[in-house]
Parts: sequence; structure tokens; C-alpha cells
Amino acid sequence: MLTAVVFLPVAAAIIIALAARSPRAVKGVALTAFVADFALAIAVFARYNTGDGGFQQVEQYDWLPGESVVFQYLLGVDGLSATMVLLTGLLGLAAMLVSMNIQHRVREYFVFLLLLQTAVMGVFASLDFILFFIMWELELVPMFFLISIWGTGRKEYSAMKFLVFTFVGSAFMLVSILVLYFSVGTFDMRVLLESDLRNLVAPVTVVFGLFFAAFAIKLPVWPVHTWLPDAHTDAPTAVSVMLAGVLLKMGGYGLIRVNVAMFPEVTQQAALPFAILAVISILFGAMVTLRQTDLKRLIAYSSVSHMGYVLLGVASVGATGGALSSVGLTGAALQMFTHGTITGLLFVMVGVVYDKAHTRHIPDLGGLAARMPYAAVALMVAGLASLGLPGLSGFVAEIMVFLGTFPVYGVLTALAALGVVVSAGYILWTLRGVMFGPAKERWAHIGDATLVEKVAPALLIIAVVAVGVYPALITDALSSGVGEALADRITTVVGGLR
Amino acid sequence: MTEAAGWLIIGLPMASFVLIGLVLRPFLNRKKELAGYVTIGAIGGSFGLSIAAMGAAISSPGIVGWAPHEWLTVGNLSFNVGLHLDHLTAIMLVVVTSVSLLVQIYSQGYMKGDPGYVRYFALMSLFTASMLGLVMSRNIVMMYAFWELVGVSSYLLIGFWHHRPSASRAAVKAFLVTRLGDFGFLLAILYLFFHQSAFAAQGLNPLEIPDIYEAVRTGVLGQTAITWIAIGLFAGAAGKSAQFPLHTWLPDAMEGPTPVSALIHAATMVAAGVFLVARFFPLFEASHTAMNLVAVIGGVTAVFAATMGVVAKDIKRVVAYSTISQLGYMMLALGVGAYSAAIFHLFNHAFFKALLFLGSGSVNHATGTFNMDFMGGMGRQQRWTAATFVVASLSLAGIFPLAGFWSKDEILAEALHNGDAVALLVFALGVIGALMTAFYIFRAFYLTFTGKYRGGAEAEEKAHPGSLPEPVPAPAGHDDHGSLVHGTSAGAHGGSHLAESPWVMVGPMVVLALLAVGTGALFNSPVALGPIPSHWFSHFLVPPGGEFEGMPFNFGVAVTSLLVAAAGILGAWALYRRKVVAPESLTIKPVYQLIARRYYMDDLYEKVFTGRVFYGAACATLDWVDRNVVDGLADTVGWFGRNLGRAVAQIQTGQPQTYAMVFGIGVVLTAVGYILWG
Repeated sequence: MLTAVVFLPVAAAIIIALAARSPRAVKGVALTAFVADFALAIAVFARYNTGDGGFQQVEQYDWLPGESVVFQYLLGVDGLSATMVLLTGLLGLAAMLVSMNIQHRVREYFVFLLLLQTAVMGVFASLDFILFFIMWELELVPMFFLISIWGTGRKEYSAMKFLVFTFVGSAFMLVSILVLYFSVGTFDMRVLLESDLRNLVAPVTVVFGLFFAAFAIKLPVWPVHTWLPDAHTDAPTAVSVMLAGVLLKMGGYGLIRVNVAMFPEVTQQAALPFAILAVISILFGAMVTLRQTDLKRLIAYSSVSHMGYVLLGVASVGATGGALSSVGLTGAALQMFTHGTITGLLFVMVGVVYDKAHTRHIPDLGGLAARMPYAAVALMVAGLASLGLPGLSGFVAEIMVFLGTFPVYGVLTALAALGVVVSAGYILWTLRGVMFGPAKERWAHIGDATLVEKVAPALLIIAVVAVGVYPALITDALSSGVGEALADRITTVVGGLR
Repeated sequence: MTEAAGWLIIGLPMASFVLIGLVLRPFLNRKKELAGYVTIGAIGGSFGLSIAAMGAAISSPGIVGWAPHEWLTVGNLSFNVGLHLDHLTAIMLVVVTSVSLLVQIYSQGYMKGDPGYVRYFALMSLFTASMLGLVMSRNIVMMYAFWELVGVSSYLLIGFWHHRPSASRAAVKAFLVTRLGDFGFLLAILYLFFHQSAFAAQGLNPLEIPDIYEAVRTGVLGQTAITWIAIGLFAGAAGKSAQFPLHTWLPDAMEGPTPVSALIHAATMVAAGVFLVARFFPLFEASHTAMNLVAVIGGVTAVFAATMGVVAKDIKRVVAYSTISQLGYMMLALGVGAYSAAIFHLFNHAFFKALLFLGSGSVNHATGTFNMDFMGGMGRQQRWTAATFVVASLSLAGIFPLAGFWSKDEILAEALHNGDAVALLVFALGVIGALMTAFYIFRAFYLTFTGKYRGGAEAEEKAHPGSLPEPVPAPAGHDDHGSLVHGTSAGAHGGSHLAESPWVMVGPMVVLALLAVGTGALFNSPVALGPIPSHWFSHFLVPPGGEFEGMPFNFGVAVTSLLVAAAGILGAWALYRRKVVAPESLTIKPVYQLIARRYYMDDLYEKVFTGRVFYGAACATLDWVDRNVVDGLADTVGWFGRNLGRAVAQIQTGQPQTYAMVFGIGVVLTAVGYILWG
């Protein structure tokens, strides 16, 4: 099953490369693949048994058997990765749906989009570090081409910037992976998670720091976030959806899976710096967001701010008791899921507006609500979810992060909560600038979203509302995979130290 | 009363929102009226169930609440949803559903022909459902959730005519100012959860409201914690109830359709703040500091807002400032410990204030304007509107035996009875406020309903060309007229057509007028009236854990407040009816200017603080830093990156060689590390 989830898209890519000729056929194959992949992702998530916890649906083969080095083909999911697989399936389909009107070099475009889907799924499903790393790197290739060929503006610069930032991070990560291998003798994450990683061939803080650097760039954390606004602004809509929706989550996923789970005691020591960086990301990101006039740049900076909550939730590990960090960590993981759906939705709607108006400059827009009511409602839902309106999913994640972290870092959490006020400001001012106000002559003939364009927002709105109204849908899996499992481990490991 | 019936009180209007918004769309295009019928049916159902809930509360001494249901459990956070039905809730349910029902009926006439008719009723359903959820919440996070939903539905309704810049600006302002207060509410919740382990040791849950009462009673929460939590909650309450200094959003909220204002000012939204303090009254009562804060802020607001009501030219704004001022009375009552008097005032106020708004809307329906400079003589055209308006005004002014008299008198008497320095101060503020209240509301009455007709919308158009019906976009705070009157004018209606409004509008006003007369004397009279015992309301509504304290009818206070109110009415009559002297000759220019510009507080908040300091300086600096310092640093590093990256990009095609090379680099680095530290 997991193999199918991961490799179905690339199989479709091969079919497209070899067999599909007309753009219609290409889109047909790609759409079928994404629908099927989403269905499989739902199945993976649904089959995950939250009662048992741990890694499930494991598929293990020796890949490159050797004397000393064993590369395994090892896939499996726990509650965290099953949720991320679900998110990737959903956002992949959304990205596909918003790509239906691609005209330029259709075949290559969809081959790259499918390849990207495989790489991201692979990152979340791999339990072998080498496989994980390969997937992590593989994702760069389609991203680079998608931005630099189908992007707008300074697309080559942005694509290169994205590549270089991530590449530097991956180099750091590889060093740490090798240190782990030379110390424990395996790439198997399951084994590493059970091992005592306090005495490695290199200082554990260095290993931890290099991993953190890689994931912090991806998340991104201030001050290594500047690739994100550029990449988002110049990327085509579908790529922005994938980038904000799932690629950033690779950073959060790595942070929780590797830094927190493998090095709980170092995480605990680093919790205060983490919390400080998180608060800077949240407030700095939100305040810079206020100044943006390009819609996509604005959402990109808001992502910096919102991903700060993930890091803040992780910082709740600084508490002595494990129970608190279980709330904070589950909140952090939930924030990854909710931010994926909400920001995905925001980018989809910006794409719709841009398609019709050919501008993303907010002062040029305005009064669109009368002309495009469906888009206005969808953008409104996305915006309200983003500012943390209860009943929509963002609120649950934010309040869990706050509840988990406040007892540990009261003042810092209170400062972070101020971000909620600022985000209300930029969201409402943006909605007002784009949708409300008097109808402008210039937009008198603009149309609403077409039927095809309505599907992706509808899917994402369902996800946003469902999780907002009944978060246990997702949190049960998350807390069995992250919250409680990790909290127990943290208590055991750290408790064992005292 | 079963639990399912309790959920239906919230569920019916919520279902109406979903039904109108999603399910009935195709039918509504052909028959818009259906949206109104569905809404009225749903809220009517909630009203019936609320009466049943009231019956259940009357026959039960304590909380009727039901066991909570598990909703989200993670670690030590167990978050349950459940309904809390006590006497306070029962009263609020009746107030909210009855006022909302009457407003919806009225809206059918007022909104007739508006292109957003369907959306209007969908949002009104959501608004009502959110408020009902708020008053019935058993869990503080659930309460916060509905609290925010109340905020967002009011945002959507204030900005209902979203093509008007002034409306969408007012909507954003309302949401942001209240959210600033909600920040305090949020911190209070976090601070409660901070004491999770102390609660858990007693088998309590820090998010459950009955458990919070218990924790305060048994001393699980320390004095400092109680004070801070109470202050946080009060910040939220001050935002929603438009208390000084977070009052600035409320007058601008007039941009919404008038029935929305009626609902916001009477039963939903602003009442939520007072309700919040009442809901957590045991917590407030346990902190002297918090109580004094509530009393002083309430007292100051009562007078402060009244001064602005005296000079406003827009009839809706007069009534809006009156709301802020009356909410101040409720807060000051809570602050001096007059729990039941505060809620009694909320109860009475809901009816006469809704009536004042519906009356203003009715006048606007005929004249096309809200600016009193262009009204006059409407009493001859609209007898019913004028009659009901005068009843509501007398009730607001606190004239015996109308509803407003009883609750206001009780508040003042209890403040005096309380007797400490703060209580005496707020008593004095309350008396001053009473004088001004009577004056401003009768000023509005005389300007609108008596004298000669001054031309309505057409005259206003002539005086301020281009202001109707589409106002010219003006930057925030740049309104030279000291108010945003022009944005509010006309509404869905064009010019003037002087006539009484249709019965669908007048009918609800007559019902409200009867309530504005009777609710005071009927429900809390010092003597028994037939089946209703004396001081029924005060007996019914005792704070959780408290007891009924008999407050003897204070004859001195009653006479004083009556004399003061009479003086206010007389003053308004002399100046605006008999015109003994021209009112302009009495104004002191700088003072008038100061008040008319709303003490420059809106300017200070919007232009100076938000505009210059926050957006213009702080955010701009960070933006500059981000582009030049942070990104500049990255670019410097990226200089290597660019050159290296270009080379790398050539081979970044997914070929194994790439990975071999990266592997190589990694292995070398590791080997170096191994040699150095291994």
C-alpha cells in the first residue's frame, strides 16, 4: 500500500513520458493518478490503528545488501507520518486541479508535478535514513524546474535561491546521518529511535544542530526564511500550493521525527532558544506580512509566522513533565496539517484571482466580491481560518500550542499570542483590499471561478471545517504518533538522566 | 427539558444558516422570501425552547446543566463540550431569542429589495446561533469559540454592504478592536490551564466553568491568580461591550443595516461582555482589585459615552453612544456587586434599546437619512414610530414606572448601599450619567419628531453633494463632519417618501414598546403583583454560590434619579422644542470640538498608533531589515552559493553522480569530525 502511495505518481509520470501525446491525455493520466493517490492516502490514514500506535504498514526489503553497509527499502507510518501522507494526497490533488489550464510544455510540467508528489510522499513514508535523504533531495529537482520554467518574475533567481538554501541544509543533514550510522551502525530509524544516542562519534549537540539547521531552513525559521517569499512569489500556483502546503511540513516533520524523538534531552536544553526563535518568527513574520502588497508574498510571510507555532509547540518539551509537551507537540503537528490545508486554500484562491485579473498587487484589486462571489466566500473562509477563527481548523492547533507552551514559557507564549491580533489585521485588511470596496470599472468583466476551479477550494474547505469542528479526526492519530508516544519517551529518557 | 432540546436552541439557527447558505441556494434565487421565513421559523423555535428552558430553570434551584461530552483529549488536556443552563443562562436565552425574533420579523420589511437579502438572513441566523452558544457554554474554550463566532458574524454584518468603503472599514475596526480585548480573554484561559495540576489534584478540570467556581470557592486558585484571570477576562469583556478605552468600534458599527445594529446593541455582541463578567462573577467577587477596576471603568464609560451622545448629529450614533453608556452602568453595577441589578438592566435595556434602533430605522425608511439636521416633524408622518420611540426614550431616561427606571434605580441604590469610596464615586458618575442620558435622548426625539421637516435625503444630498447613496471613499479618520454620518445614510433605500413604515416593521416595534413599559415593574417590583412575587428577578438571579440579599426600595435614590432625569428632559425640551435659546449659543467651541471629534481617541488609535507607530515605523523597519539585513546576509553567503549553485544546478538532474558527490563531501566531513573528536 505505502509503496503504491509513493510510486503511483512516478509510474503515471513514466506513462505520460512514454505514451501520452495530447495535452488532454496528459492531464487525464495525471488527474487519474492524483485522485488515486489521494484515495490511497486516505486508505493509509484510515488503516492506521491509533490504539496500537507505533509504526505500522511496514514494508521492508534489502535494497543494496552489502558486507558492512546495508541500505534498506523501508517504508512505514506512525500517526504523524500517516497524517502527513493524507495531507500530501489532498494537496497533491488540489495542486493538480489548479494546473488544469496549463498550456506551456504540458508534458514536462505534469511529469515534474508527479515526480514531486512521489518525492514528498517518500520523505514522509521512509523509515530508512538513506531513502529519506534521497527522497528529500529528489524533491529539489522538480521544484527547481517547475519554478524556473513555469514561474513568473525573477523565476531563475528564486529557483536557484530555493535550491541553494535547501542544498546547504541537506549537506548538514547528511553529515549527521553518517555520524549516526558510524555510531550505531544502521540507517533504520526504528532502531535509532530505540537506541541511546548520547555517545556518538561526534558531539551530540553538533549532530543535533546540523539536523536542526536542515529542518529550520525548510520550516522556515527566522532568519533563514528569506528564500520562501521569493520562491512563493515567482512559483506557479500549483507549486505555491505544494510548497506551502507540504514542503514546509518536511521541515516540521524532520524536527519532530529526528530532533525531538531521537534527541529529547538535547531538545529540552535547546527549548528556550527554540521558543525565542519561534516568537521572533511569529511576530517578525506577522509584522512584515502587514507591509506586503503582493498577495503571494503576503501569504508567504504569513507562512513564516504560522510555521513559528510549530517550533513553539516543539519548545513545550522544555517542561519537566511529559504531559504538557504532549499537548504542545500534538498542537505543533496539528498546526502543520491545518496550515497545509489553510495556506493551500489561500494560494489556490490567489491563483484564481490572478488568473482572472492578471495582477496580485493589492492596491490594484478591490471590489471583486460582487463579480466573483464564490471566490470571495472561499477566500474569506481561508482568511478566517488563517486568523484562527474557532470552528475552522487553525484555531484548534493554535490553542493547543498555546496551552502546551504557556506553562513552560509564559511570557514568550503571551508574546506569540499577540501574533494572533496582528494576523487578524493583515488578513482582514487584505480581504478588504481585494474583495470589498466599490466595484472598479477595470474589473467589470471579470468572471467567477469556473466549475473546475471550484473543486479544489471545496475539497480544502471541507478539510478545514471538518478538522475545525471535530479535531479528534486528526488529533487521535497525531497524539498516538507524536504527542503521547513522544511525551512518554521524553519522560523516560530525560527522567533516566536525573 | 431534555439535553437534546438544549442543543436545538443553538442548533436551529445554526441549521438555518447552513440551510440558507448551502442547501437552499437554487430555490432562493427564485423566492428570496424563503430565507426570511426559514430564519424566523428557526429562531421562533429557539424562542419556544428558551421559554421551556426558563420553565426548567424556575423549577430548579441550581444548575440544570448536563454532563459534558468528550471532544478532544490529548495528554492532560481534556476538552469537553457541554451545555450549562442556570438562571443567568435562562434569562439570556429569553432576551436573545425574543429580541432576535422581533428583529428578524422587522427585517423582512427593512431589507425588502436588497440584493443581499438571502445573505443577510443567513448571517443573522449565524449571529443568533453564536450568541446562544456563548450563553449556554459549559466549557470556557467552547465559550471563547462562540465568543469569536459572535465577533466574526458581527464583522460580516457590519460590513454587509461591502461595496461601501466606510462599511468594510468599520467592520475591520470592530473585529480588530474587540480582538485586542480577546487577547486578554485568551491569556486568562491559558493562565487557568497553567493551574491544571492544582485543579486535577481536586478532581477538577480548569476549563469547565462549574469547576472554576468550585476552585475559587475552595481556594485552589490563589488571590493573585484570581485577580489576573479576572482582569484578562475583563479585557475581553471591555472589548465586546465597548467599554473605555476599547469603545471606538461601536459607533462605527452603525455602518451595518439598522436591524443588525438593533441586534448588536440589544441582545447579542455587546451584551456578551457583560454576560462574561456575570458568568465568572464568583471569580471577580473574590478579587477586590478586579471589582474596583470593573466599577471604575464602567462608571467612567457611562459618563464619557454620554457626553458624545449629547453632540452627535446622527440619530443612530446618539443611540449607539447611549448603548456604550448603558453598558457602563451594567459594568459598574457588577463592579459594586449588584449582580442581579446588572443583569436586570441588561434585560430591560435589551427591549428599549432594540426599539430605539428599530425606530431610527423606521425614520430612515421614510427620510432616507440618519442625519437629524435633515429630519424634523416626523411625528406627524409616523405616529406609531414616534409613539414607540417616546416610550423607549422615557424608559431609557428612567422615568417611573417604565422598565428602565427599576433597574437603573436598583443599580444606583446598590452602589450607594455598598458605601466604599469607589462605589460612592461610581454612584456620583451614575447620577451625572442619568442626567445626560435623559437630555441626549430627548434631544434626539425633539430633533427628529417635532418641528419642521428639513428635507431628508434630498436636502442632505444638496448640502453634501455626492454623499448619497454611494459615499466617496475617504481615508480613515478623515471625516470632516466629526462623524461618519454619510456612509450610514440611505441604506438599501433611495430618497425620502414620508409615510409610516409597513406593519411588518411597526408590529415588532409595538411589541417591544409594551416590553419597554412593563418588564421592570412586572418582574422586580417591590410589591407582589398577583402571581409574581415581589423582587422576583432578584430572587431568581442570585450569583453562583451567593444568596439573595434583600435590597429595600430606596426612596431617596428613586426621587433623586427621577428629578435628575426630569431635569434632563426639561433641558432638552427647552433647547430643542421651545428653543428658549439657540443651542449653538451655549456651546463652548473647543469643548464641543473635542467631544465631536470623539476626544481624538479614534485619531490617536488609528492614525498615530496603528498608522504611524506600528505600521509606519515598527513594521516598516522590520520589513527593511528583512529585505536588506537578513536577506542581504543570505545573499552574501549566497555569493558562494550562486557560483557553486550554478555548477551544481548543471548536474542537478537526479543522476546518481550528484548523490555520489554529495555523499563524498559528507563522508569527508564526517571523517574530519571523527579525527577531531573521535
